[in-house]
Amino acid sequence: MSATAGIREGYVVVAKRDCPTCVLVEPVLAELARSTQPLTVFSQDDPTFPATVPGVRDDRALEASFRLRIETVPTLIKLEGGREVGRLVGWQRDEWRALTGLNSLGEGLPDWRPGCGSKSVEPGVIDELEVKYGEVKFAARRVDIDEHEDEAEAMHARGWSDGLPLVPPTPVRVHRMLKGTKRDPAEVIGNVPPDLAPVTVEKIAVNAVMAGCKPEYLPVVIAAVEAALMEPFAMHGVLATTMFCGPIVIVNGPKARAIGMNARGNALGQGNRANATIGRALQLVIRNVGGGRPQEVDRSALGHPGKYTFCFAEDEEGSCWEPLSVERGFAPGASTVTLFAGDGVHGVVDQQSRTPESLARSFALTLRSVNHWKLAQSGDAILVVSPEHERTFREAGWNKARLRQELDRLLMLPAEEMVRGAGGIAEGIPATALADKKRIPKFRQGGLLIVRAGGSAGMFSAVIAGWGASGAMGSSPVTREITE
Amino acid sequence: MELLDPTSERSPLKRPRRAPPGSLDGLTVGLLDISKARGDIFLDRVEALLSARGVAVKRYKKPTFTRPAPNDLGQKIASEVDVVIEGLAD
Repeated sequence: MSATAGIREGYVVVAKRDCPTCVLVEPVLAELARSTQPLTVFSQDDPTFPATVPGVRDDRALEASFRLRIETVPTLIKLEGGREVGRLVGWQRDEWRALTGLNSLGEGLPDWRPGCGSKSVEPGVIDELEVKYGEVKFAARRVDIDEHEDEAEAMHARGWSDGLPLVPPTPVRVHRMLKGTKRDPAEVIGNVPPDLAPVTVEKIAVNAVMAGCKPEYLPVVIAAVEAALMEPFAMHGVLATTMFCGPIVIVNGPKARAIGMNARGNALGQGNRANATIGRALQLVIRNVGGGRPQEVDRSALGHPGKYTFCFAEDEEGSCWEPLSVERGFAPGASTVTLFAGDGVHGVVDQQSRTPESLARSFALTLRSVNHWKLAQSGDAILVVSPEHERTFREAGWNKARLRQELDRLLMLPAEEMVRGAGGIAEGIPATALADKKRIPKFRQGGLLIVRAGGSAGMFSAVIAGWGASGAMGSSPVTREITE
Repeated sequence: MELLDPTSERSPLKRPRRAPPGSLDGLTVGLLDISKARGDIFLDRVEALLSARGVAVKRYKKPTFTRPAPNDLGQKIASEVDVVIEGLAD
């Protein structure tokens, strides 16, 4: 069907019974039908309406309404030689008379009545019509699920799931998802390990639908995929290691607030759709596009629950500290994702410290346990400081840099405790690596990230251990700006 | 329902059959009688042939051929044997 619904001459009216203005103009349409010009009336909801016009065309499928770009009913269109030469919406007697040249049209009716919304632009409908009749093309191949097959089971059977139920990625849902970004669906973002398969914006959208994302999350998911594919992050190794880690996503900037991410109570836990589904979407891209599956290239001995999803936002609004994104070189107000190859959450309980010195020592004790008490320079870490703990530093005037400086000092660990065999434990740093050093820093330079998140009550912070192969030998944290 | 493929599309749309093992050495073969007439005669003969080659065999039977196997039977078979031979027709 063409943009003029296949009609070349005369008048086209699109109406619906459910619109009082359409009902009001029923006698007008009868008058038009009697005129010398051809008249085609499309009815959106009831092909017996208007009864005054012969041969009403059934447009309950809304194809003509969509092709004619109808937003309001009634709409009167004048066509000449297959070209639209006039269009009126609602009832405006003078204008209808002028367009039709029928000077007695609508005698006795009110001068003016507003129209009603077209059924073709009702929420959700337009997306369906764009897929059904529009020029929306998908590169992804289509998978037919038999009508008697349960689509949830079918997706599991095809290996698309991380173990939890998925939202079926129908063409309409993927089309809606793609409206969440201005980027071209065909844009190739990179090659996803382990198969190094190219991933497009469209493929990310398919997986974001399955993960349960809303369209407005898509730019964050795309940025997370971009970050995961940055060389320093070493996504292949993060996936393939026998250690615990998976990609952890930290979101900074106004985008996190705009999409309702949780940076406050239970920030690292369940219950927030954006947090839950963005992290999951990244993992589904790695699974489905990259082919990274547990007990295949994912060789993790134990893994951790955050490998389903691990994504949260830094609480910038309540913080006096510089956001992680700014520390990592981005402008204040930029929205970013930072990826960290990390394990699960290890709580730090300290309800007694009221000085920054005491609290920093508590943090240092837990940070020392990252990977192993006797290992250093291997795993990075994130320290997630809760608001009640941050208050202690704020009141003492300690910024993040000051806290990190103190932690660096406290985490200069005595070599004699770290060496292999010390304490009756074979694990540790080889004596040859220690050489004649008396002390060794727990973390490599830049290997400790500090963010603020969490609920307003509770003197508890958290340490997230990094992959035991952090840094240049393995994975370094990476940050990427989110683009719409 | 029509879905868009979320994968790299490197595997065929139709899922391939699992490759059969190169040999039955050291494997256990399950023989599933679906309760169709004379299925037992067929499977008895298969069992005799496999046993003569030293292959371990376990026998299973569906209550009726008119319905899918009960879940616990499917799980039992999956947990006990490596390969299944099913007598499908009479």
